Amino acid sequence: MKKYDVIIIGAGVSGCAIARELSRGRRRVAVLERASDVCEGTSKANSGIVHAGYDAVPGTLKARLNTLGSRKMESLSRELDFPYRKNGSLVLCFEREGIKALEELADRGKKNGVDDLKILRPDEVWEMEPNISPEIAGALYAPSGGIVCPFGLNIALAENAAVNGVDFYLSHEVTEIAVQKEDRGIKQEKGRKRGEGHYRIYAGKEVFLSPVVINAAGVYADRIHNMVSSRRISIVPRRGEYCLLDKKAGNMVRSTVFQLPSKMGKGVLVTPTVHGNLMIGPNAEDISDKEGVNTTACGLEQVLDQGRASVKGVDPGLLITSFAGLRAHLTGEGREGDFLIDEADDAEGFFDVAGIESPGLTCAPAIGEYVAEMVNKKYPVPAKQDFQPYRRGIPNIAKADQEERKRLIASEPSYANVICRCEMVTEGEIVNAIHRPLGAVTLDGIKRRTRAGMGRCQAGFCSPRVLEILTRELGADPMLIRKAQPGSEILQGRTKDSLAQDFQRKGEPE
Amino acid sequence: MNGRVEEAVIVGGGPAGLAAALSAWEKGCRKVLILERDRELGGILNQCIHNGFGLHIFKEELTGPEYAQRYIDMVEAQGIPYLLQTMVTDIELLPDGRKIVTAMNKAQGILEITADSVILAMGCRERPRGALKIPGYRPAGIYSAGTAQYYVNIEGRLPGREIVILGSGDIGLIMARRMTLEGARVKCVAELRPYSGGLKRNIVQCLEDFGIPLYLSTTISEIHGRDRVEGVTLTRVDEQGNFISGSQREVPCDTLLLSCGLIPENELSEKLSVQMNSKTGGPVVNDRLECSVPGVFACGNVLHVHELVDHVSAEAQKAGRFAADFVRERHGSMPAKAGGEV
Repeated sequence: MKKYDVIIIGAGVSGCAIARELSRGRRRVAVLERASDVCEGTSKANSGIVHAGYDAVPGTLKARLNTLGSRKMESLSRELDFPYRKNGSLVLCFEREGIKALEELADRGKKNGVDDLKILRPDEVWEMEPNISPEIAGALYAPSGGIVCPFGLNIALAENAAVNGVDFYLSHEVTEIAVQKEDRGIKQEKGRKRGEGHYRIYAGKEVFLSPVVINAAGVYADRIHNMVSSRRISIVPRRGEYCLLDKKAGNMVRSTVFQLPSKMGKGVLVTPTVHGNLMIGPNAEDISDKEGVNTTACGLEQVLDQGRASVKGVDPGLLITSFAGLRAHLTGEGREGDFLIDEADDAEGFFDVAGIESPGLTCAPAIGEYVAEMVNKKYPVPAKQDFQPYRRGIPNIAKADQEERKRLIASEPSYANVICRCEMVTEGEIVNAIHRPLGAVTLDGIKRRTRAGMGRCQAGFCSPRVLEILTRELGADPMLIRKAQPGSEILQGRTKDSLAQDFQRKGEPE
Repeated sequence: MNGRVEEAVIVGGGPAGLAAALSAWEKGCRKVLILERDRELGGILNQCIHNGFGLHIFKEELTGPEYAQRYIDMVEAQGIPYLLQTMVTDIELLPDGRKIVTAMNKAQGILEITADSVILAMGCRERPRGALKIPGYRPAGIYSAGTAQYYVNIEGRLPGREIVILGSGDIGLIMARRMTLEGARVKCVAELRPYSGGLKRNIVQCLEDFGIPLYLSTTISEIHGRDRVEGVTLTRVDEQGNFISGSQREVPCDTLLLSCGLIPENELSEKLSVQMNSKTGGPVVNDRLECSVPGVFACGNVLHVHELVDHVSAEAQKAGRFAADFVRERHGSMPAKAGGEV
């Protein structure tokens, strides 16, 4: 049995932001994650947008955390060294009547504390973004809108939490939570008991004991919540499909281009990514399968069509990949429309961080602080003197200038050995990604940390090489190297192995 | 190594680069350098272990590695220098018309090479799944045919056991036979078009001889499986390429190989701002195989995708000769001290 002061369920961006904030205090914190890496659910498949904060209804938690998160993102990106860019955003409207809706959005923004919003005439928009549709009637401009690398943010938070003492248990799916009434006492250093009951959490093949549980389980947050609370909640996975285009299309727009939002969400956006690609999506469809991250033919068509309505000249021939993500959409009991971040009414010490759909990524830094504050209030601990707020990311040869490249290569020659030619990722970067805290063990893990395989050939050339480096650095059997989760092994055998078996079988004496 | 001056720098040590270097050398260039990103010279030929190469150039049937070795031997015999595991990251045009080729490798770090002429011979890459817009999950088990070929022929590993191949170009056909010979079961080859893009001999020798069905006017409309491919849905298409409803059928498999076209790899050419041809995907060249930037030549699959490597070699030989002519003309009008800065 493993005892902790706080257990966080879920190593997505919310869970990791909370873990990092809690690691500022002198307490034992663990994160339990069902997948074999951090950032494997909703956090890995979304728009990567830092929303300015004009969308959410004023007065909601969403509105408050959005504005806070958006303001914090830039300084956090410097502290933790992940890609972020303030590129501004536009909300287009295509009819004169839509201007009123834009004004309402601007007004909402003002109430939410976003005070640099401006309504632009079509000619002002075209001057800024010449590829925007000629059909527009106007647009709302938010200079503080930004873009972020969703993996970069999530992984940076996780690594920094780990460095500050948080234990991560990957491949630990929580299957049961039991409340243990008598306090066998996780004791503070001074010997004072904290909290009444304890939660026994069964995950993987282990049992964890903690007085505080934080439920940041994404689309599964309802399942986790309902294990301890009789006030049931329900989360519907709302699928969004995306198309990612070659970097050749990356400069079609500079800012993130939305259309007027609807009931189902903010609609299909067209945005450059922090890495220079062009991304279009998402559509929105409520589904029943919490693992339903498959794309559909009509979904992708719809996304491309709507994208082309905003930005003219988008060339579908430049598509390099498509993917789908699931928004954790909370339904029922008038909860719709806002995050559920609170201690459960009937389960002391059990905190929900549920329904974190858009703008969840933007909010993550603020969610981390908000939840840590709630926990600190009820379970105060002294601050750590040696908390390390800074984290250096993996060197990025592709982005480094010549002097920086020379310096890196002088320190480690393998930074000159290019493995992924499309994204120019070197052996040194891949080795670094493997040996960092919470290092990569899969091809997808390498991809999200270094971009190897994320380019226009989509890992055609580099995947055998990355597999080889993983094998060497982990001292592993190449047969066991996976793309992502167990069952996704790349290799299935040796050449002619089945023929050898046949031969052996046939050759055996009767 | 920095500040190295060359008459001709050849980007790529595959069939195009090797033939171009040889021919530039034969035409008198003595400062030639081949830059190859892989661990060996020979390019993609190294993994093409089937035969059928060389009928035009050598008048005999060779395997890919044999064909490559002939050129490698000639390059070695002439003592033409080359650098392996060396990636060209940039090519810049100097005001005096020379080019700075920036490259890097583990042994020497960053190299800045001044060159009178540059021959682009980077080859091509395969079209990935994403570009084909095949919906579904993103499981392991989807490989471009060339990637699978690398695993099988270079690493001796099987990337799958129950195979469906989309695309009946020569690589797809060759891989159908190879996977069969290595003990995998190839369920079928599907081809979107009403005819195969591959050579007749490959259809006979790679499919018919092994009883592998080829479904024409058929594509894959969905990939099944979450962690690993579990099957694909085949759908027939009409003359306009639209799905024929009711024609869907599922084929269980653990691996999907994609052989759906090759794309000239011109990101470097684009950095040099050479004019591109949207039809071929390669640079626009004149009758001397010279791009819109004087002294920059292109040959092989970076220029346009060739059916036969023999044609690549022949074209590259010309490019090497034109590059040598360019260097001679240039030096005739503006003699440079060999090896030194001008």
